[in-house]
Amino acid sequence: MDSAIATTQEHEAGEHEHVFVPQHRHHFETEEQQREAGSFGMWLFLLTEIMFFGGMFFAYLLYRNWYYDAFVAASNQLNVKLGAANTAILITSGFFMALGVWAAEVRKKRLLVIYLILTTIFGFAFLGIKYFEYKEKYELHHIPGASFDVSQFENPAAYGLKEQPLAPDMAQKTQIFFFLYFAMTGMHALHMIIGLGLLFWLLARAQRGEFTAGYVAPIENFGLYWHFVDIVWIFLFPLLYLINRHPLK
Amino acid sequence: MSEQHYDDPANVTNPEHGEHHIVTPAQYALVFVTLLACTALTVFAAGIDLGVFNPIIALAIACFKGVIVILFFMHVKYQSNLIKMTVGAGFFTFLVLITMTLSDYISRAWGLW
Repeated sequence: MDSAIATTQEHEAGEHEHVFVPQHRHHFETEEQQREAGSFGMWLFLLTEIMFFGGMFFAYLLYRNWYYDAFVAASNQLNVKLGAANTAILITSGFFMALGVWAAEVRKKRLLVIYLILTTIFGFAFLGIKYFEYKEKYELHHIPGASFDVSQFENPAAYGLKEQPLAPDMAQKTQIFFFLYFAMTGMHALHMIIGLGLLFWLLARAQRGEFTAGYVAPIENFGLYWHFVDIVWIFLFPLLYLINRHPLK
Repeated sequence: MSEQHYDDPANVTNPEHGEHHIVTPAQYALVFVTLLACTALTVFAAGIDLGVFNPIIALAIACFKGVIVILFFMHVKYQSNLIKMTVGAGFFTFLVLITMTLSDYISRAWGLW
């Protein structure tokens, strides 16, 4: 920080006028350039994240085509109401995060802290609902592995389900759906847990007024991360919960 | 950026640097309401039997939601061309990877799809 201010004196002929702000690092010519370099770096990171989740989305696409009947039967065991509620909760969390970026830009410290707290609360609400969804799957033995139970899929009528009964080999393939379900929503939840941890750190710094004096980059870049996590869920929700409601005959 | 210098190795006066634009709460609220409405719409559409169009409609709505999140919540609409190109190139590369991998799988089990 100190070295950034110290460069004030070095004026070469024909150089642009420096306007000095404490967050401006000396290796950036202007604050604008610094801000853009930061956004650029954050976006490159998010693109690697898209590739990371993309691999799992691709596996889902492929296996859904291979084991269509198993994916239909397994997917319809998910609770659409809880999934839809979680989508709304996550969008609300993202909305408050966006408002938080605005509050930092217009230098309203109190509002920024309030919006960050609301972002955190809705983030935890999402994880809370996810916990109850996972718990139900645990109780039904729908977690892939040695204790996975296919009986619901081999004889759905006995459990009061309207699904078509599956042959034993196809019924085993429901494990692939649940494996992808837990891998995708689990990695998404892990991203949220990391995000919530970062939110506490940002909250403490926002409380000290670090982001409401012109330096908004950490809030802005964390906002990008949080919205990215939002977007992943926006695609997970229809793919896992919705598109198998009316299977092709 | 008042005037543009063509001899500008440090990329300081680049007019491509985005103006620092602040999205207003009213805009955010509009995007938020649109996202909630789209969520309700996609749940409603999933309840109707539309045959092969069920997944297509669900994914179309998801893409629309994703795009407005990227453009407004993530401020890409107001960023420089560099950032717009980066985001666009990333999604394009992702689609290329999916298309090429899928064409490989489809052509190996020819006739089984």
